[in-house]
Amino acid sequence: MTIDVATIQVHQELDVRGLNCPMPLVKARQAILKLDVGQVLKVISTDRGSVKDFQGWAKAANNVALLAQSEEAAPDGKTLYLHYVQRTK
Amino acid sequence: MSTATMELDARSAVAANGVNDVAQPLLQRIAALEARLEEMESRIPKDKVTMVVFSGDLDRVLAAFIIASGAAAMGQEVSMFFTFWGLNALRKQRKLQGKKLTEKMMALMSPADTKHMGVSKLNFFGAGAVMLRQMMKEKNVTSVEELIDLCAELGVKMVSCEMSRDVMGIDPSELRPDVETGGVAAYLADALESRVTLFI
Repeated sequence: MTIDVATIQVHQELDVRGLNCPMPLVKARQAILKLDVGQVLKVISTDRGSVKDFQGWAKAANNVALLAQSEEAAPDGKTLYLHYVQRTK
Repeated sequence: MSTATMELDARSAVAANGVNDVAQPLLQRIAALEARLEEMESRIPKDKVTMVVFSGDLDRVLAAFIIASGAAAMGQEVSMFFTFWGLNALRKQRKLQGKKLTEKMMALMSPADTKHMGVSKLNFFGAGAVMLRQMMKEKNVTSVEELIDLCAELGVKMVSCEMSRDVMGIDPSELRPDVETGGVAAYLADALESRVTLFI
């Protein structure tokens, strides 16, 4: 991933902390369909599997692009997995 | 053949036969190639996932619906075919009225709905299933009932196998109302144009 996360303009945030497979993906899909083409959804997840899941989604679907992924430590010590998904179609 | 010679050939052919005689066979070849291309395109698998759900075990049914909801979220068209024990995953209620003795026995020995499904390992007369549900709840994993409703919302097609439904003596009114009915050809028609097909 070459894009710097700080430069991405986020249009909507989706908090799926605590949810497990397949819910982060399902919720993200539902949320991104409400955005306009070109807009970016930031997904905040605690599910470690979501990292590969979002990569797989972007690879298989023809209407989304995964701009970037990053990790962040939450105040409670858990790791947060952040995904920046753009609707392309 | 080089482009120069090809052009020369075409020119001499035009000189000898006129434009129409040269163009006609070429147009025919293009038409034939277009027809073949169309035929080939129709045979390329689509963004589809199909599943045969044969098992009525809670853990296996759960796996089937997790894959189905994930695939649907990824933009795939999903069809699930429920046969034999898998039909129990579509059950909403148990009816005994109007059934033959063997059908009644089968109904009483089968789970009345998804809440009564057992697990494939360590079931211990249902204790294993209760334990699994409890553990899933603690880990915040979506329950199988929620996943089935979610799949229906996401447009996952659920088809019950008519033959096995009849054999097992399950009345259509015992199943979810949004379930379609089909047979082996309905499954194969979808599976043949899917990239992924699973037997669970």
